[in-house]
Amino acid sequence: MLPNEIYDKLKTEFGDAVIEFDNKQPTDSFIVINTENLFDICHTLRDKNEFLFDYLMCLSGMDLGENVGVVYHLYSMTHKHKLVLKVTAPKTDPRVPSVEMIWRTADWHEREAYDLIGIQFEGHRNLIRILCPYDWEGHPLRKDYEAPEYYHDMKVSY
Amino acid sequence: MSDKKRLDLEYSQLESDRMRINVGPQHPSTHGVLRLEVEVEGEIVTEVVPHLGYLHRCFEKHCEKMTYLQVIPYIDRLDYISAMNNEWPYVMALEKLMDIKVPDKVEYIRVIMAELNRIANHQIAVATFGLDAGAFTPFLFFFRDREYIIWILEKMSGARLLYNYFRVGGLAADVYPGFKEDCLNIVKQVRKTNAEVMDLLIYNKIFIQRSANVGVLSPDVAINFACSGPVLRGSGVKFDLRKDDPYSIYDRFDFDIPVGLGEVGVVGDCWNRNMVRVNEMEQSCRIIEQAIAQMPDEGDVKALVPKRIKPPKGEVYMRAENPKGELGFYIVSNGTDKPERIKARGASFVNLSVIPEISKGYMFADLILILGSIDIVLGEVDR
Repeated sequence: MLPNEIYDKLKTEFGDAVIEFDNKQPTDSFIVINTENLFDICHTLRDKNEFLFDYLMCLSGMDLGENVGVVYHLYSMTHKHKLVLKVTAPKTDPRVPSVEMIWRTADWHEREAYDLIGIQFEGHRNLIRILCPYDWEGHPLRKDYEAPEYYHDMKVSY
Repeated sequence: MSDKKRLDLEYSQLESDRMRINVGPQHPSTHGVLRLEVEVEGEIVTEVVPHLGYLHRCFEKHCEKMTYLQVIPYIDRLDYISAMNNEWPYVMALEKLMDIKVPDKVEYIRVIMAELNRIANHQIAVATFGLDAGAFTPFLFFFRDREYIIWILEKMSGARLLYNYFRVGGLAADVYPGFKEDCLNIVKQVRKTNAEVMDLLIYNKIFIQRSANVGVLSPDVAINFACSGPVLRGSGVKFDLRKDDPYSIYDRFDFDIPVGLGEVGVVGDCWNRNMVRVNEMEQSCRIIEQAIAQMPDEGDVKALVPKRIKPPKGEVYMRAENPKGELGFYIVSNGTDKPERIKARGASFVNLSVIPEISKGYMFADLILILGSIDIVLGEVDR
């Protein structure tokens, strides 16, 4: 199934929760959805027979300046089709529903996005840092991040 | 009589203490700086908590400060055992963004390089897995052969491990004279050693008892955890990106996808994952032979390499079948010569996340084997 067909089907089912379909070259076409409805939409995408997106290829956190974003790359082992989903949340309140209960591979990906970008995944059962030390301060992959001078009273040299 | 009764009562009230054991980060069997916090009851593993990040160097942050060409050497250092394969999805993603059609000769050389590197990677994987199980001799056999492969890759690129060989639209250098003969010789040698290792290691009774029925990963769980590569195929799922989401010129070759059949033990155990790797080496040999026969002699490998890589605004996710599984690069371009964001989806990172799920209830010694059968490289896990 092509992304625009999936978009039409989602639009009829969820209405306003599906915001935008982008098909500009050379970008992979993607669907922007409302952050609050993410869990329901993902659940439908995984379980409904016409979609069956059982394989979450990649989950990336993004720093978009004012906002933070999460990009989901989905794949279906049965139908062999792909889909890109995007959600955004304001940087002052970066809360996004967790899909860790739907695809368990999202567990570590979401922990990484929390660690490096600082996105709070609501409903994640173990949202702790994964790559940086557990007591690290700040989120390194943010554009305005400044590396600390001291770590545990030790001078960090570059 | 009364004494015995009292003893029974005591036994029933006995409780075994649970113990927490640290494995790593500095431990040879964790294949790098991985720390596992293991909870055991007696000798049975009840919980595994991986702690990552000992090799974290924020690769993705570095990329944002560099031009697209400067990123390639860093990508070698993700999965440093199969660096050729790593570079491929990255340059493919940029070629897709910039709409470059790569010449035929380049595609053939890339396929041969990637398959040679795949054989070298699987040799290390099977060898170290044997080492975990206590078999030392196959390790020596495999490392001798791997040296010949590395010599070819060194002659092509100038480096033994970290090649920096692929370029957007082409390659860094053309093939050297005598390249085809070298490849055909190595294919012969790999087959010979594989036949030996089959007898020596794979169908060895001790090895089977050690690795069969251990660490069983069911196909549903494997897909839900987005496992890929030999870990997924060992569970009996016939899925290989070279066939199922074809890229480059893999549709021109005739090869099979080996899956775990449960010949010994159950489908999805350590033995089957390892068997898939051995069979994949044979399929790589077949691809190399066909590619050598079809490869055109004429053509310039650097003709289409742009002087300055400046892709248009846009974003693309490209994935390729690495020896360890699916390596994907999500590249966001903002129209300048530096990337806005690069996310590397490493196969080892995702495959490792299944460890707490599949190692519960096995012996502590089996945990080391299960970790070995997943074949991780910490450079890719920690990035």
